[in-house]
Amino acid sequence: MPEPGYFLAVMGIGFVLTFALRAMPFAILQPLRDSRAVATMALWMPVGILAILTVSTLRTSLDADPARLLPAAIATAVTIAVHLLGGRRTVLSVGLGTATFVVLVNLG
Amino acid sequence: MRNAAVPDAAAAPAPTPSTAPIADDLPAGSTPRAEVATGVRMSLAAGLGMFPLGIAFGVLVMQTGLPWWVAPGLSVALFAGSVELLLVGLMVVGTPLATIALTILLVNFRHVFYAFSFPLHVVRHPLARCYSLYALIDEAYAVTAASPGTWNRFRLLAMQAAFHSYWVGGGIVGVAIASFLPGRIEGLEYALCALFITLTLDACRSRRQLPSLLLAGLAYTVAAVVAPGSALFVGLLAFVALLLGRYQLLRRRERLRERRHA
Repeated sequence: MPEPGYFLAVMGIGFVLTFALRAMPFAILQPLRDSRAVATMALWMPVGILAILTVSTLRTSLDADPARLLPAAIATAVTIAVHLLGGRRTVLSVGLGTATFVVLVNLG
Repeated sequence: MRNAAVPDAAAAPAPTPSTAPIADDLPAGSTPRAEVATGVRMSLAAGLGMFPLGIAFGVLVMQTGLPWWVAPGLSVALFAGSVELLLVGLMVVGTPLATIALTILLVNFRHVFYAFSFPLHVVRHPLARCYSLYALIDEAYAVTAASPGTWNRFRLLAMQAAFHSYWVGGGIVGVAIASFLPGRIEGLEYALCALFITLTLDACRSRRQLPSLLLAGLAYTVAAVVAPGSALFVGLLAFVALLLGRYQLLRRRERLRERRHA
């Protein structure tokens, strides 16, 4: 387990970066608003970054225990199905998907 | 939530030059206390999602074996749900600070674009403005964007502070719940995977998003093969590089088309 200083460093870095990202655009709003490159990147980036985070978190979880491949596949299918068929209610989709995974892992 | 906002919007009169400076921009007949109550009321629908997620975050922090104060610490320092959940997994294996910084930058980059329509201008006191900026979370942006033109400083700050208390409070409740649980609940960390799956689905509503999705898949696959130990870091960087390349390609194609027309 890392030292407390490491956690404090993460919190410090996180505070500075998050605040800067939220505050900066108000300070330099005009040039940013007119930049076509920024606007295009804003359109393209979210879906890819979220997909990479999805795969990365799944992979980390599977690296810890390869036997979880089947539970993870089933829970992912449940999450996607509930989200698309249940009207995109995030709490419902995440809740049912996680419950599926927890039950499968603890039964298996 | 949206239904609750509409009557407010209708009730708020257009500020007339004769009364506007004295009334502190409040709707006619309203008081600061009533505006605070409205702000809290407008936070409830989104809070219904934030509080349980906060509990899951607190339980996760405890069950991965991190010290309990990491949960409120992260929630106070960052106040950014998905990144905090992600950081739990990254911190427990001692991920290098550079990777953590890049991850935070890229995941929170979307905040840059909230500035275009967030009603920060209704808050005038410098400290209050700082707080409003610091608490500019996805939910705050979404609620203000759903009812533009109805915001004053009492309503806005009350809503943001309410969100803040749901998130930090949920985390602390989660920490408390986890300390009473007899054993570890295996597999709870899947909540983060599920959250990212739903966010990806929400971001990918049209076929025009497909190229970005494919480039992301390519970037991460290559990163996982070339640098399996830091696939997230390398994958995110490669994805941004690929997108920049795609943008250059788009511009070159446009320039060629212009030349042909000329």
